[in-house]
Amino acid sequence: MVSTAAPEISAAAAAEPAPVKKAESKSLSFYYGDFQALKNISMPIYDKKVTALIGPSGCGKSTYLRCFNRMHDLYPGNRYDGQIMLYPDNTNLLNPAVDPIEVRMRISMVFQKPNPFPKSIYENVAYGLRVRGERKRAILDEKVEEALRGAALWDEVKDRLHELAFNLSGGQQQRLCIARALATDPEILLFDEPTSALDPIATASIEQLLADLKEKLTILIVTHNMQQAARVSDYTAYMYLGELIEFGVTDTIFIKPRNKQTEDYITGRFG
Amino acid sequence: MIPLSHADWTDAMPKDFVSDKLARRRLRHVKERIIEFILFLAASVSVATTLGIVLILLKESFVFFRIVSLWDFLTDTQWTPLFADAHYGIMPLLSGTLVSSAVALLVAIPLGTIIAIYLSEFAPFSVREVAKPFLELLGGIPTIVYGYFALMFVTPLLQKIIPGLPGFNLLSAGLVMGIMIIPYVSSVSEDAMRAVPMALREGSYAMGATRFQTATRVVTPAAFSGIAAAYILGISRAVGETMILAVAAGMQPNLTWNPLEPAATITAYIVQVALGDLPHGSIGYQTIFAAGLTLALLTLFFNVLGHLLRKRYRQVY
Amino acid sequence: MSDTAVRVQEIRALIAAHKRWDIVFGIVGLLALMVGVLTFAVLFIQMVIDGAPRLSWDFFTSFPSRRPGQAGILSAWVGSTLVMLVTAMVAVPLGVGAGVYLEEYAPKNWMTDLIEINVSNLAGVPSIVYGLLALSLFVYQFGFGQSILTAGLTLALLILPVVIVATREAIRSIPGAIREGAYALGATKWQTTSDHILPYARGGILTGVIIGMSRAIGETAPVITIGALTFIAFLPPAPVSSEFPYLSFEWIMSPFTVMPIQMFNWTSRPEAAFQHNAAAAGLVLVVMTLSMNALAIYLRYRLRKNLKW
Repeated sequence: MVSTAAPEISAAAAAEPAPVKKAESKSLSFYYGDFQALKNISMPIYDKKVTALIGPSGCGKSTYLRCFNRMHDLYPGNRYDGQIMLYPDNTNLLNPAVDPIEVRMRISMVFQKPNPFPKSIYENVAYGLRVRGERKRAILDEKVEEALRGAALWDEVKDRLHELAFNLSGGQQQRLCIARALATDPEILLFDEPTSALDPIATASIEQLLADLKEKLTILIVTHNMQQAARVSDYTAYMYLGELIEFGVTDTIFIKPRNKQTEDYITGRFG
Repeated sequence: MIPLSHADWTDAMPKDFVSDKLARRRLRHVKERIIEFILFLAASVSVATTLGIVLILLKESFVFFRIVSLWDFLTDTQWTPLFADAHYGIMPLLSGTLVSSAVALLVAIPLGTIIAIYLSEFAPFSVREVAKPFLELLGGIPTIVYGYFALMFVTPLLQKIIPGLPGFNLLSAGLVMGIMIIPYVSSVSEDAMRAVPMALREGSYAMGATRFQTATRVVTPAAFSGIAAAYILGISRAVGETMILAVAAGMQPNLTWNPLEPAATITAYIVQVALGDLPHGSIGYQTIFAAGLTLALLTLFFNVLGHLLRKRYRQVY
Repeated sequence: MSDTAVRVQEIRALIAAHKRWDIVFGIVGLLALMVGVLTFAVLFIQMVIDGAPRLSWDFFTSFPSRRPGQAGILSAWVGSTLVMLVTAMVAVPLGVGAGVYLEEYAPKNWMTDLIEINVSNLAGVPSIVYGLLALSLFVYQFGFGQSILTAGLTLALLILPVVIVATREAIRSIPGAIREGAYALGATKWQTTSDHILPYARGGILTGVIIGMSRAIGETAPVITIGALTFIAFLPPAPVSSEFPYLSFEWIMSPFTVMPIQMFNWTSRPEAAFQHNAAAAGLVLVVMTLSMNALAIYLRYRLRKNLKW
């Protein structure tokens, strides 16, 4: 039932210059112990575009996302099969010889619930730099400001950088987590339902941010919210029970899905 | 069967049946209240114990301080209440207590913290499953046994390294006491670290942090208040420990800051007096309560200090 | 070289440097654990070497003596057993009652807060302070003297927090649905508690009681403080007799000694022969407390394995 559409042939994409692949999963399968959570997923991730993963809960979209920075390595009993290629250097991220830390330094992640560290706002953003051994105050100051500006948070927190991050509102905390991820210039930024714990206003500000961010980096986002996928993404993948049902340019997927099941899900008849 | 209406139902019942039911319900209610009261009494025994401790220490010490001035108690450098030339300066006992506790904590805090971090963040599942119960067993060994070990094994061993070390000394007792305290520090710290939500660790790992960086920069600070509680528990144990010191550090009051010397601690002194045959109500008898009060205040001091430290730290970072 | 390649090179160098700390700490952690393991091994072996030759039937059936070769621990283990009996009879009902009250009955008010803070603070009070409390209150004020009763009560107060905390944890792990089920059938609070909560919490409570008792059996300082004798060459009156009224509680007011005190007494003798007695008594004590602790750990392990609500 897999009918992975090649987006190159879709009309909307043909009008623009051909997109460049930043990464690509090739026959990716994933197992939690004996349970196969992902089945043979092949799909490109285009450079400086937003790709949304949608599907009913339990379809494996978060599992797929977490393969990209090897989060599954943290827990015993997990197994990958297949490849995730990262371009332009052609590295297979899932290669056991590649250190998961190396992957995470290149591909950062923002989680479902904001998870700031119990540190000051400043130290939260500086964390990734400190982990990389950066000690020079001037560089840290500069990067922290840049990241906070990038996450549209600078104006709100510039006077209280040394306050505990927990004092921020939920939406601010999530933008702080985005700033934290941005500070180290990742090549890809993964978002795991980043607005599911936020109110509509905070959600809107994060969505605006996504639009700005894709100028500089590649974004892969899991969302349970179809309108959000339609609003923010360039490409959409619909997953069901660990399989990729359909992948394509977002407009095409939402207006004229090829697959009946995708259509049912998108129109709300199912899911 | 024909369903009866409510009125029929009550009419159908004999009068005494209803009142019987009501009486039983009332009885049941009374019984419930009595049980609740009994349980409440059981719970208040703990409050009564604390009150009892405070009142008795204050009352018996009050008798003591009517004879010995507080100034002498705090400034006199000798503690010889049982001699003809009696002196009542707490300093010698306090110094023994503090020096032995310091030695113990120098062992227990670093080792306990390292073990906690190791077990919580590094150790494979199988190591943790074996190590945790083992540490618990270590903490369950009676302290008199540790005392024997300090006196009969550790001291002779130390005497080979440090020539001239007396048979009773604070170092040996302190070292063994430190080992004894490790399980308390490590288990409470580890519980605190395990309570740190996984989301924080994931956040750190997602930034490309190593295990060590995540453990030291995220998990440990996040668990700080729990770890501080573990340290305070360790200090309380050290200050209040009795048998290891009574056996291995000697019972001679000695105002010293040198762990290589023998010295009695507050607790060892209480044991020494209790072993003798002092008449109830004599000044010698009262001294152990004054010593006990000092010990209780010392423990209280460290607990309050820990509390303040935790509060302070939470605000700063 | 492209930008990406340079970046990857840098990252790899960085990881290599940082990962060294992971390895170093892995080793340091294991070494720290080994300190504990090694100490325990040495302690145990030392005890066995010194004490094992003294362990014989006679050692358990003889009173202490001035001649080390004939001395035994009869009065000590009998004393320990009787004191533990009193301790258990006092600490278990009080501790379980308090735990049940705090979990099932206590209203949210200042009194409950006070009790809770108290329980956690009492756990940090040095054990010798309990001895002082008992000396003034039980020995003199209440006139119990230096008896088994006094010692049992003192140790009961000492382990009360352990029993309370264990009871509370055991009760807390029972899901609310069980209570609702019982209430829905018209059970009163006490019926729910005694028919459902307590039986289901039994395993957890038992674990806590065993740990508390193993602590009490090794406690020396508070028992010395109340003035327990160190040299006792007789047994308390037997609790059961062949004549009417068959049961006697005279033993409860009898002078006594306990295992750790006997060991302390021998440890403080200068003669080497007595040290061997001390080691033998210590060995018995360690085996006793360790097996109690091991039993508790095993019980908890089994509980955790079987408990699937």
